[in-house]
Amino acid sequence: MDLPGRSIISIRDFARDEILGIVDKALEVKAGEWADALHGKVLATLFFEPSTRTRLSFEAAMVSMGGRVIGFADPNISSTRKGETLADTIRTVTGYCDVIAMRHPVEGSARLASEVASVPIINAGDGANQHPTQTFLDLVTLKEEFGRLEGLAVGMLGDLKYGRTVHSLAMALSLFGGRLSLISPPGLRMPAHVKEELDSAGTRYEELRDLGELTSDLDVLYVTRIQKERFADFQEYERVAGAYRIRRDTLTGPCTRVRLMHPLPRVDEIAEEVDATPNAIYFRQAHNGIPTRQALLGLVTGVIR
Amino acid sequence: MNAAKRAEKAHKVYAIESGTVIDHIPHPMALKVVEILGVKQDGILTVGMNFPSQRLGRKDIVKVENLKLTAQVTDRLALVAPTATINIIEGSRVVEKRPIHVPKTFRGLLRCPNPNCITNIESVSTHFVREGSESEPAVRCTYCERLYREPAQLVV
Ligand SMILES: [Zn+2]
Repeated sequence: MDLPGRSIISIRDFARDEILGIVDKALEVKAGEWADALHGKVLATLFFEPSTRTRLSFEAAMVSMGGRVIGFADPNISSTRKGETLADTIRTVTGYCDVIAMRHPVEGSARLASEVASVPIINAGDGANQHPTQTFLDLVTLKEEFGRLEGLAVGMLGDLKYGRTVHSLAMALSLFGGRLSLISPPGLRMPAHVKEELDSAGTRYEELRDLGELTSDLDVLYVTRIQKERFADFQEYERVAGAYRIRRDTLTGPCTRVRLMHPLPRVDEIAEEVDATPNAIYFRQAHNGIPTRQALLGLVTGVIR
Repeated sequence: MNAAKRAEKAHKVYAIESGTVIDHIPHPMALKVVEILGVKQDGILTVGMNFPSQRLGRKDIVKVENLKLTAQVTDRLALVAPTATINIIEGSRVVEKRPIHVPKTFRGLLRCPNPNCITNIESVSTHFVREGSESEPAVRCTYCERLYREPAQLVV
């Protein structure tokens, strides 16, 4: 695994062994190895679109491992408002830091940034395209929970059409020979282009309308939010979203021992009564964002090997 | 071929002594071919359109005099003229005949149809990689990562 100097733009850029290597490093970081490894390193967080949660996670990751942070969180104060191109902003900032985490509403912006920067870029979201650190933290959580990534039975529930998180996770899991149950309302199914990639990777998957159609046990259920904006009619939204809500009494049959994951923030798609069950691992999943980002920051700056 | 026919053909198809003949271009792609090759200013150029063809029904032909185009250059025609054959002419004889191969990457040739792709927002040269077979090529934008199954429609 050769990561020093490399940018983290898309899960597509990584081979199976590289993904496994990164996941294992994140678990080492979580176990307390590599403390203060980022001492003396500077991270620039460039958020051309607000995402407080992701930005804070990067900043906390950097600071708690001994590094420092510079950056902006509000596109209004950045020079892009004065008409500077993204490429020029990156060329400038690249001289101030050892690594850049950036979020930008335009797809492919992180790839372009990585081509002009002299330091590694970590993509913290480029429009509807990629958000690879989320995918890595999901994989870290699975590895931590099951001790492996191979051969897991993973359900994905809710809005599978617009959810970039589940698209990337499905593609990553296709490298590990699992089985996917794609459970969604008919209008929010997994897009054809993702299914074609699953097909060409030889991944087994089934498409279901609801959890009641499951015929075998799931290891994990990855829940996503169904957004109001996807429906013209509010009552229709209420009816559909209600049918995909996870409650305590959902956790029976094939879902008795299922681990529940969610990219957060949650609204009401998982009832609070579920939080105290052993099934709920979504808060631990969110916390894994820190060691995952620390591992990536350390690997690309060359201080973690 | 009788004498009259031969005379007629010679009249229609002006033979060149040296250069590149691109035959079997699907009609009406000849002008697109000239554009992609970027040879408009490079000496004498003959463009023939709408010849009868057994293979294609109708075909176009482009002749570029005194320029021997490399495979790297002519392979850029793969998406608009996959059936084309390339004849390299020297001393009025065909010294090399080759088909077109679909390249693995396309730089600057295609436009990404995604309006929210950075290539449509900043001045950056596009870059696509081929996925799938040469006979049914699809291309993926390396920036927004979208896959397009009809790459010929992306040719600018
Ligand atoms: Zn694109």
